Amino acid sequence: MADPIHQFQIVNLFPVIKIGNHDIAFTNSAAFMVLAAGGITAFLLASTARRSLVPGRLQSVAELSYEFVANTINSTAGKEGMKFFPFVFSLFMFILVANLVGLIPYTFTITSHIIVTAALALSVFFTVLVYGFWKNGLHFFNLFVPKGIPIYILPLIVFIEVLSFLSRPISHSVRLFANMLAGHITLKVFASFITLLGGLGIAGMAGAVLPLALVVALTALELLVAFLQAYVFAILTCIYLNDAIHPGH
Amino acid sequence: MATTTAHTEQPGHKAPFPPFNGETFASQLFWLVLCFVFLFVMMWKVALPRIGAIVDTRQKKIDDDLGAAEALKKQSDDAIAAYEKALADARNRAQAIANETRDKQAAAAEAQRKSLEDQLNTRLAGAEKTIAATKQAAMGNVRVIAADTAKAIVERLIGSAPDDQAVSAAVADALKR
Repeated sequence: MADPIHQFQIVNLFPVIKIGNHDIAFTNSAAFMVLAAGGITAFLLASTARRSLVPGRLQSVAELSYEFVANTINSTAGKEGMKFFPFVFSLFMFILVANLVGLIPYTFTITSHIIVTAALALSVFFTVLVYGFWKNGLHFFNLFVPKGIPIYILPLIVFIEVLSFLSRPISHSVRLFANMLAGHITLKVFASFITLLGGLGIAGMAGAVLPLALVVALTALELLVAFLQAYVFAILTCIYLNDAIHPGH
Repeated sequence: MATTTAHTEQPGHKAPFPPFNGETFASQLFWLVLCFVFLFVMMWKVALPRIGAIVDTRQKKIDDDLGAAEALKKQSDDAIAAYEKALADARNRAQAIANETRDKQAAAAEAQRKSLEDQLNTRLAGAEKTIAATKQAAMGNVRVIAADTAKAIVERLIGSAPDDQAVSAAVADALKR
C-alpha cells in the first residue's frame, strides 16, 4: 500500500538563500505558494483587463469573488470591516486556491501543513490585537468583560473569555489544517484500496468498484470541504476582526 | 499516486510526520510570507481597486440610466398633462365661442324679428287708418246716396221734391237707428 503520508513531504528543489542557520530552499510547497499567489493575481488582473461594463465569464468570476468576500465582511463586521477587505480577500482566495489546487492528483497542498495555517491564523490574531488596541485603547479589554454578568461570577467569565480569545488562533489554524490533512489521507487510503484490490484478479477488480465509487464521492466532498474551509477561515477572520472594531459586545 | 520519486527519499533516515517536521518550518514560513505579502499588496493596490471601480461604474451607470428613465417618464407625463390641459382649454374656448355666436345670432334674429314686427305694425296701423278713412268716406257717400235716393223716391211718390234739409235729417235719423 502506498504511503498516504508521502504526499505531504516537503521536497527541496533547489537552494536559494541561507538565513541564520536555516537553509531556505525553493520547495514543492513554495512552488505551489508561488502558483497560488501568482495565479490569483494573474487571473484577477487578466480577467478584469478589459473593464467591461457587461462582464464576460472570467470577469464575472472575478466580480463574484469580490462581491462574495465583500458581502461576507459587510454582514459580519459591518462597513468598518471593509478596511480589512484586501486582507480577508487575500486570505480567502489564497486558501481557496491552495485547497482546490491541492485536490488535483500529484499536486501539493500548502494548507495541509500546520505551520502555514498557523502563520495565517496568527496573522489574523495579531491584526485583531494590534488594531483592537490601536483603535480602542484599553477599552479593548471590554471584549473580555461581557455586560450584565453578576459580579461574583465575573472573574470566572473573564478568565474563560481570555482563554477562548487566546485559543482562537489554535482552533482557527487546526480546523483548516486537520480538514485538509484528513481529507487527503482518506482519499489516498481509499485510492490505494483500488490498486490493492485490482491486483487480486477478477474478483478483486469487481470489489475495487466500491472504493472507486467512494473515491469519486469523497472527491466531490473534498471539493466542498476545500471551499467551505476557505470560507470558514474567512468568516472567522471577519468575526475576530469585528471584535477588534466593536469590542463592546 | 503510488510512484515514489527517488530524490525525495532520504536513505537510512525515517522522516518524521511531514506537517510536524520542524526542519521545513523556516522555509515554509519564508515562502508563505513572501507569497502572501505579494498577493496582499497586489490585491490591495491593483486588483481590488480595479474590480471595485468596475462594479461601482456599473452601479453608477445603472443608477444614472434609471434616473434618466425616471426623468424621461416625468417629461412624458408632463407632456401628457400639458396636452390634456390644452385640449380641455380648447374645448372650453370652443364652447364659449359657440355660446357667444349662438347668443349673438339669437339677438340679431330677435332684433330683425322686432324691426319686421314694428314695420308690419306700422303698415297695419296705416292700413287700418286707410280703411277707417275709406269707411268714413263711404259712410259720407252712403249718407249722400241715401239722401239722393230718398229724395228721388219721395219725388216719384208725391211728385214734388222734398226739402233737402228734411231729407238729410230723416236719413241721419234713419242711420242713427
